[in-house]
Amino acid sequence: MILIKYTLIFFLITNLNLVNAQDKNLQNKITKNLRCLVCQGQSVFDSDSEFANSLKIIVKQKLDDGKNEKEIYDFMKKKYGEWILYDTEFNKNTYFLWLLPILMFLIGGAIILKLFIIKKN
Amino acid sequence: MKIKTLPIFTFIVFLIIFFVFYKGLQNSNIYVPKTEIEKDIPLFNARIFGTDNQINSEDIFINGKFYLVNIWASWCVPCRAEHSFLLDLNNQKNLEIIGLNYKDKKENADKFLNELKNPYTFIILDKDGTIAIEWGAYGVPESFLIYDKKIIKKITGPIDKDSFLKIKERIR
Repeated sequence: MILIKYTLIFFLITNLNLVNAQDKNLQNKITKNLRCLVCQGQSVFDSDSEFANSLKIIVKQKLDDGKNEKEIYDFMKKKYGEWILYDTEFNKNTYFLWLLPILMFLIGGAIILKLFIIKKN
Repeated sequence: MKIKTLPIFTFIVFLIIFFVFYKGLQNSNIYVPKTEIEKDIPLFNARIFGTDNQINSEDIFINGKFYLVNIWASWCVPCRAEHSFLLDLNNQKNLEIIGLNYKDKKENADKFLNELKNPYTFIILDKDGTIAIEWGAYGVPESFLIYDKKIIKKITGPIDKDSFLKIKERIR
């Protein structure tokens, strides 16, 4: 009987920790993707400014309310503009930014291929 | 002929790089959220300074009247600079100034108001800075001009002569 009791307590504690840890991980992930507007260049996660500390509280509150990651980002975007997110979204302003590496890769490949073929001929 | 093209090409490339940096490095890359967008006022519950009463943002703002929400703190030095403008704006008949006391201690805030006078109709408390975030603010001081439950103007940083005159013009 005692054994069952202790194993139950053991499982309860370890599982609670797990739930908490997952929440904390998501919270860290989100705050790492948010730019601190006071000390620009630092993420909210890294920063200890008044603004960043308040943002951390907000993110935690929203997670506790059951909001998901995207809803939190949408909230931040509404309040501060898209610039607050480090991970740039794919929209008409950022087509060029996202497609430039692929474009350069293709052009570079074309040049190499052309040189190669010309040399062979 | 081939020997000559390489130095010229290198020179041109360096020239382009030089001008890109010369132009680009002069731009300030400090981001400020856009200020001239009309937005709805945020929804929140807050405690009124000096009392235990809670107030909802819906009950603060009445249509057809101008409000200036001013985020301030006793520890904020630029807040002292803008205070004379707030006192002046307080004389305007159709404008109510509402303070938002940001991460402050009550005794310090009281001292600040006793020393510089109180321009606020009432003050709401923001102990952990979360209400300021609802407003889209990221520092102190910041001010928001409100009409018909919409933010019609936002001032980041202290109110200066220029923004003071703009506010006066807007509420006329």
